[in-house]
Amino acid sequence: MASEKVQTITDGNFDETIGAGKPVLVDFWAEWCGPCRRLAPTVEELAGDYDGKVIVGKLNVDENPNTASKFSIRGIPTLLLFKGGQVVEQVVGLADKDSLKKVIDKHVA
Amino acid sequence: MLKSDQSAFPMSVRDVVIIGSGPAGLTAALYSARANLKPLVIEGLEAGGQLMLTTLVENWPGHRDGIMGPDLMAEMRAQSERFGAQIIRGHVTSVDTVTSPYTVKTSDAEYHCRTLIIATGATARLLGLPSERALIGHGVSTCATCDGYFFRGKPIAVVGGGDSAMEEATFLTRFASHVTVIHRRATLRASKIMQDKAFANPKISFEWSTEVEEIKDTGKGEVTAMALRNSVTGERKEIAVDGVFVAIGHTPNTSLFTGQISTDANGYIVTHSGSRTNVPGIFACGDVQDHHYRQAITAAGSGCMAAIDAEKYLEGLPQHLGEAHATA
Repeated sequence: MASEKVQTITDGNFDETIGAGKPVLVDFWAEWCGPCRRLAPTVEELAGDYDGKVIVGKLNVDENPNTASKFSIRGIPTLLLFKGGQVVEQVVGLADKDSLKKVIDKHVA
Repeated sequence: MLKSDQSAFPMSVRDVVIIGSGPAGLTAALYSARANLKPLVIEGLEAGGQLMLTTLVENWPGHRDGIMGPDLMAEMRAQSERFGAQIIRGHVTSVDTVTSPYTVKTSDAEYHCRTLIIATGATARLLGLPSERALIGHGVSTCATCDGYFFRGKPIAVVGGGDSAMEEATFLTRFASHVTVIHRRATLRASKIMQDKAFANPKISFEWSTEVEEIKDTGKGEVTAMALRNSVTGERKEIAVDGVFVAIGHTPNTSLFTGQISTDANGYIVTHSGSRTNVPGIFACGDVQDHHYRQAITAAGSGCMAAIDAEKYLEGLPQHLGEAHATA
């Protein structure tokens, strides 16, 4: 379950969300992926910590295969950080909150 | 020494802290909880351990039809919690095993304990090719159950010859058009039953005595092929694959303890007289100290041993006496 701070990103709203101006952290996940469920609470906490500064969203790869394939996502969980519409960071697999914050902070003043 | 120990003895010193939440850690939690030691389990990044990445576990005694790995771990967790184990989400960043009570730090908290049970397990090993690292998440994977889905109708390869490699290869035939098992030796290390299953599967073929020289194509940012070399004939060839699953064994998660706890040449914690490490009051169980059996059931068994060893150690401490004096 996503909290209200975590947006649901789909094939339909992806371009619009990425182009909104703010940095966007996208969590590529699926229901059947155990590690993705492990990462979910961390992603929710990040959404709270970066509220107003970074858009944090989850993209279900089952329901939104086009976006996942556009970025050659063949392993989940994968986090992509977009800035100015471009991928600036990629984290594959589980990661703890501190190391994710370090990655995000490189791009967020 | 005694004095500084006492001044550093706040109410929050715990009897047992367990690092790791696989079968070893949770069994240690169950036993120490039932001994009324109120263990704290710091579950770690890969909470639940390696069984969280498997599907049906058919060699866990007591489940004649098998049980799903994640379900088994959920049961173990609930069972230890029922007896008072406290399990927290968190990733240990450092430990101090020099001064007792021992200190365990996570990114946002610090814990002190009289006994520490190390159940940090092992993590899947990679081949070590630069191209492999670059393509993780784009075709290179160590988790078939996580990533098999992305290879529906596509040819893939599994590297390795053990039980995990056979299990992954067999599982992946649900999705892949074909699975090539690449093994550096001429025979498999996997158990007979797992071998038979793989040999009988028409979607699986084998490349024996073969080493992976390169995974392509880093330029494109996705896996397209592998360059292989037969170590007997020296013959080189390239096979087209969309995915490479690496199942060549594990590395023990012992970097936290470097220089503090004795390990063997391969990095595994050395235990003696049951689960004891070289530091009194610190015990190790599960895959972090076992490169031989590496089964869920042996991990659980060693977790039980660690809990009993820790309980015995606590009984021998003059702790309760010391605290009674301090508060009197």
